[in-house]
Amino acid sequence: MKALFYPGCSMQKNARPYLDSLLAIRADIDLELQEIDDWNCCGATEYMSVHRVAAHSLIGRNLALAQQQASDSDVLTAGCSACYLNLAKTDAQMREDAHLNATVNEALAAGGLAYQPGSLKVRHLLDVVCHDIGYAAIKARVVKPLHGLKVAAYYGCQVARPDYDGRWDCHEHPTAMDQLLRALGAEPVEWSLKTQCCGGHMSVIGPEVAFGLIRRLIHGATQAGADLVATLCPMCQLNLDAYQVEMNKHFHSDYQMPVLYFTQLMGLAFGKNAGELGIGKEFVDAAPALAKIQAEAPKVAEAKRKRRPKPSDGLPPPRME
Amino acid sequence: MTSQQERVGVYVCHCGSNIAGVVDVESVVKFAAEELKDRGVVLARDYTFMCSVAGQELIEQDIREQGLTRVVVAACSPHLHEKTFRGACERAGLNPYLAEMASIREHVAWVHSGHAAATAKAKSIVSGTVERVLKNEALDAIKVPIDAATLVVGGGIAGLQAALEVAEAGYEVYLIEREASLGGHMAQFDKTFPTLDCAACILTPKMASAGSHPKIHLFTWSEVEKVEGFVGNYTVSVKKKPRYIDEDVCTGCGICVEKCPVLVVDDNFEAGIGYRKAIYWPFAQAVPNLPVLDPDTCTYFIGAKTKDKGGCKACEIFCPTVPNSILFGQKEERVTLKVGNIILATGWELFNARRIPQYGYGRLANVFSNLELERMCNAAGPTGGKIVLRDGQTAPKAVGIVHCVGSRDRNYNPYCSAICCMQSLKLAHLVKERSGAEVYNFYIDIRTPGKDYDEFYQRVIDEGVHFVRGKVADVSDVPLGPGEESGKLYIQVEDTLAGLQRRIPVDMVVLASGLEPRHDSAEVGKTFGISCSTNGWFIEKHAKLDPIATMTDGVFVAGCAQGPKDIPASVAQGAAAAARVLSYIRQGELALEPVRASVVEEQCSGCRLCNGLCPYNAISFVEERRVSEINAALCQGCGTCVAACPAGAIQGSGYSNEQLFAQIEGLLREVRHETEVV
Repeated sequence: MKALFYPGCSMQKNARPYLDSLLAIRADIDLELQEIDDWNCCGATEYMSVHRVAAHSLIGRNLALAQQQASDSDVLTAGCSACYLNLAKTDAQMREDAHLNATVNEALAAGGLAYQPGSLKVRHLLDVVCHDIGYAAIKARVVKPLHGLKVAAYYGCQVARPDYDGRWDCHEHPTAMDQLLRALGAEPVEWSLKTQCCGGHMSVIGPEVAFGLIRRLIHGATQAGADLVATLCPMCQLNLDAYQVEMNKHFHSDYQMPVLYFTQLMGLAFGKNAGELGIGKEFVDAAPALAKIQAEAPKVAEAKRKRRPKPSDGLPPPRME
Repeated sequence: MTSQQERVGVYVCHCGSNIAGVVDVESVVKFAAEELKDRGVVLARDYTFMCSVAGQELIEQDIREQGLTRVVVAACSPHLHEKTFRGACERAGLNPYLAEMASIREHVAWVHSGHAAATAKAKSIVSGTVERVLKNEALDAIKVPIDAATLVVGGGIAGLQAALEVAEAGYEVYLIEREASLGGHMAQFDKTFPTLDCAACILTPKMASAGSHPKIHLFTWSEVEKVEGFVGNYTVSVKKKPRYIDEDVCTGCGICVEKCPVLVVDDNFEAGIGYRKAIYWPFAQAVPNLPVLDPDTCTYFIGAKTKDKGGCKACEIFCPTVPNSILFGQKEERVTLKVGNIILATGWELFNARRIPQYGYGRLANVFSNLELERMCNAAGPTGGKIVLRDGQTAPKAVGIVHCVGSRDRNYNPYCSAICCMQSLKLAHLVKERSGAEVYNFYIDIRTPGKDYDEFYQRVIDEGVHFVRGKVADVSDVPLGPGEESGKLYIQVEDTLAGLQRRIPVDMVVLASGLEPRHDSAEVGKTFGISCSTNGWFIEKHAKLDPIATMTDGVFVAGCAQGPKDIPASVAQGAAAAARVLSYIRQGELALEPVRASVVEEQCSGCRLCNGLCPYNAISFVEERRVSEINAALCQGCGTCVAACPAGAIQGSGYSNEQLFAQIEGLLREVRHETEVV
């Protein structure tokens, strides 16, 4: 499929492995990305609180450019959660608020631009990959399944919520990335913190707050038995990976939880080499975890229990069905 | 012209200040007396309360002395007092259907505030009603005989009560239960609030009485498929699902259950925290005392389906009866029943707490539902009444009970489930009594409005149960920092009384999941010709004055099917429904409203459009004459077919086109006058 692509600032620098791995796999999943020409910064999470109209106008410019350049597709996708949310938020609020729509368009007009809210479908990259490309097509491309790899799917707080266009199965406990990981042959672990905050820019503004949040996530993934955390956002990856070392120092702990982008894991399963996918650039080395990938699918424990449960087995286990 | 011959009396009610506070009643009377004189109004009066005995006598006296032939009462909605005023007319010798009500309370006084406009609107409505009543025809009530047999659907406490009341009065009852045993949800509980008496001790005698009552015909493991007919004369088709047991031969010895090697999780009676066999008793005190075989888990049936051969058959091999009670070849059966009245007591289902993933139900081992904990508290339950964690052994040291799970929450159900506060208090008491654990209740409001309920709340407070006012945000198994112990469940909540965020570590979380309508309540409602509210509960005839009947005559509701309620309220409603049925039965025959639709056969093209539209299945197609025909006893006079008929071949008695056009003319009287002047 074809989609307009807004890379955002992070993907140019610290999240370069995210972009590299995305570019490496796009042909495999038949995803044609058209980068918006002359895009600007989305204003990240803070600008909206400083000056609402200016923030919307900044984002509006990207939407206007995308609308102008759109030819084959009205889908605008972003890999960064903050970029995605900002684009989606401005589009949604311009749709709902006629006054804001007029004000933003007045600002855009100064630059010879205009945006008709609702004319683009703003979608996160994971949403496009899981729901448009689809698990079956992805599974068909897998040549080196990630058998034996236990992964904590981490969505962060900005993708599944507030979900302006009803794209996700559940806002608090989504399962799209878990299903994707299963399609890649990996084993997603069940854990509680899928949509908890990574601390965002608090790692710069108030590191102690961020350390607490980072520790909780890393501890949660460790407790759930994950070999690594899969993420869909440069901010989340930066906090959990680069600040993990700082967090360990702060708490005198020794967590070693690698954090990779879901696109990197897709690349591995598609048989790309690690370097091409930017693997190796992470702070917490992913190599020991990736060494666990087995050629053969691990034997699933005999599902059918012949023996009758004894009192020492406890109560029947909880189920999601 | 008819209007010249008719003598119309108009009565305008003050309804205290309900109407008179907004509408200038005297001006309306003056209008009727003077302006409508040429339309046949011979007198107009006002009175403080027309519905009072004195008000009604006023009408009766005028009919007798002034020779009124038509009566208009401008007062409240006909829903409330139409019967009252028709009764007055009948007593004075006037056909009751020659009286009409003009709703100037609900349609005027209660919805408008400006005096002048409200008064003008009241006049228009009175004028319209006068024009309409002139076209009314004298009608005779339709009389139908009442079949004394009664159908009760649902064998929970409400249905049991209803069935026993009707049967005790000496009439036949068919009691239909979807599950394999009577008892309903109440059979799952250990203790009942606020007296803490044992649920089984008070329920099983009723189950046993119903099971052995000569007048009660029990159909368990059965469902109603189709209902035809009308009040007094219903024909009901019941599907009996196969138990794979010969009910006449089986002695209930239980050897088959003992020998069955297949153990499966019992999601039904044990709420998912216990096991049952593939052939099983619903529970120990089940009525009837017969096992039931589940073909989805039975080795023989699975084998027969997948490999073309059976297998196992241990139950059949060990069954000691002659002939053998196990019938692998049993098929479902259909039974047709004739009844006069129907009581629906189909109960409720538990809100699925998996829909709130942040509470961890289904994911975190030690998060339980309230129903699971009821089973855990039950001495006959999977833990023998011990309060334990998922491992089946460890007693919890701290337990958090989360109130309003799925209730009073616009993301899920907006309504209050009514019973969960008291149930949570009861569970808090039982958990504390049996395990000694610290118990925390997290609530938005505590609602204890029943007899001795608030006293019970005080008792639980005195026992040392903790109460935190705040809606729980999150239940997590992950500690927030190194200061928090691993292996606990952390309840994150804003304590709105203390103004604090709290994180309370517990070993077990109990979710007070709310009550929901049965998943198929809309379909069941359609089968019986009644409707559901937006939340899915069956709609009663009147929220206050008739919470037992429905808009379909002869169909009554009882228990939680009508809305969340506790055991005493369910029992009361079950008994009340029975009383209503008995009253119908004793009358022998029933007078039905003659407001009915009828087909003018000469005009009917036989297009059958009306056949499918009728919500009461009252219209059928007569092949010989190629026309549609309306069953007068089944018709409820809703008018759907009248409006839909492309040929205008259907007339509604009491709602004829003539009447409605006349009413519109009357309503627009002022407009017409103005246009004429211009």
